[in-house]
Amino acid sequence: MKAFASIVKRDLRLAQRQGMDSLMVVAFFVLAVVLFPFGVGPEASILARISSGVIWVAALLAAMLSLERLFQIDYEDGSLELLALQPVPLEITVLAKITAHWLTTGLPLLIATPLLAIFMNLPGDGFLVLVLTLAIGTPSLSLIGAIGAALILGSRRGGVLLSLLVLPLYIPVLIFGVSAVDGAISGLSVKPHLLIMTGLLVAALPLCPWAGAGAIRQALET
Amino acid sequence: MIFHKYANPTRFLKLASLIQPWAAAATVLLFLSGLYFALLASPGDYQQGETVRIMYIHVPAAWMAMFCYTAMAVAAAVGLIWKHPVADLAARATAPIGACFTFLALFTGSLWGKPMWGTWWVWDARLTSVLILFFLYLGYMALANAFDDPARGSKASAILALVGVVNVPVIKFSVDWWNTLHQPASVVKMSGPAIHPSMLIPLILMALAFKAYYIWVLLIRMRAEINEGKIRSLRLRQVHAGQPPDAAGDKITQAVN
Repeated sequence: MKAFASIVKRDLRLAQRQGMDSLMVVAFFVLAVVLFPFGVGPEASILARISSGVIWVAALLAAMLSLERLFQIDYEDGSLELLALQPVPLEITVLAKITAHWLTTGLPLLIATPLLAIFMNLPGDGFLVLVLTLAIGTPSLSLIGAIGAALILGSRRGGVLLSLLVLPLYIPVLIFGVSAVDGAISGLSVKPHLLIMTGLLVAALPLCPWAGAGAIRQALET
Repeated sequence: MIFHKYANPTRFLKLASLIQPWAAAATVLLFLSGLYFALLASPGDYQQGETVRIMYIHVPAAWMAMFCYTAMAVAAAVGLIWKHPVADLAARATAPIGACFTFLALFTGSLWGKPMWGTWWVWDARLTSVLILFFLYLGYMALANAFDDPARGSKASAILALVGVVNVPVIKFSVDWWNTLHQPASVVKMSGPAIHPSMLIPLILMALAFKAYYIWVLLIRMRAEINEGKIRSLRLRQVHAGQPPDAAGDKITQAVN
């Protein structure tokens, strides 16, 4: 537990020293969403119809953008090897790095969401549910993405490859996130969608660090 | 143990060249008989008319899409757990074949959907999950070839293949879990197949033909991968010995043959 906390602290401090990096993810998120009123026209009813999907897709892409750096920097300067040599299981280390990644990207996205919901004219009923689905969904995105980030270590053209690996696995989270918000807007029950999303998160929580640690081990072997 | 015996590529090559002509013959025979029954000797559907014949390609292709992924994941797991080199090769060689079957299933499905559902594509659970399967195959192939060291590529993509296994049951049960436009399973059911023998026989013949074709092409691809590995190590040996690259071209041809 202590090791977990100290790795999270280390990564948070690194992110803080680099300053603008996590803000850039939020800036991308805001800009990507703001493009849509220009693309489809500023008509309020159309924007309201597509708002939940647009915000979710933009959040997903923004979360993916920062994934490449999750293990890459530590891999290149060799500190990943030292982290792997610790007496704590590598899975815990991976989970700690994922937690730090979520705190530096997922959480800022969550805070920026209400503003974008207003921009996109999201109906009032969907507000809380949108924030709630993102709160449950973005940790899953960080967890699933960590597998991809670990797999591309040492490959050519990591970034493009990462999106090819991770985006198909993101689709279920996206589907249930958006349908929960749409359900809330049209007055249906949102509980089943939220329960499935929570189920995805609970399943990803032990499995993704396990797979990610396996990928890191084979990357460090050679 | 026989399983470890064929971890040796040379032994495997011997076995492969023994099986390959039989697989090829079985493919040709099964395709000829299957296509005869499917196109000429089976009735049209009372509702769908002649378009039902798309089924004899579409359904076996979809079965093979899932079968190949499962086979690839099993081979990848064997390669990871026992460091079985031939299993790694099998997983790598299966991926492009599986991707082609998946594409074929999607393509024929869309051709079938247009007259039956009135649309080329709907975003229902079965179609979406098969599309994800297709992307998983593409991701697997991209990752397997993204490393300078092929062994690294095999290991990394093996983990990806295992992660993607979650999609296989989702495809299988998508028609039961969600209310979809795609019809539920009618051949593999607890209560026996809900399809008339006159259509079931060509379907099964075609499914067997696809399977024999898979074995045939798999063996060709695996032999090619093994030869590629040989060429690579010969080239490396030449480079280390300081020979000019083309002087030993004949040697390579000899070794491969």
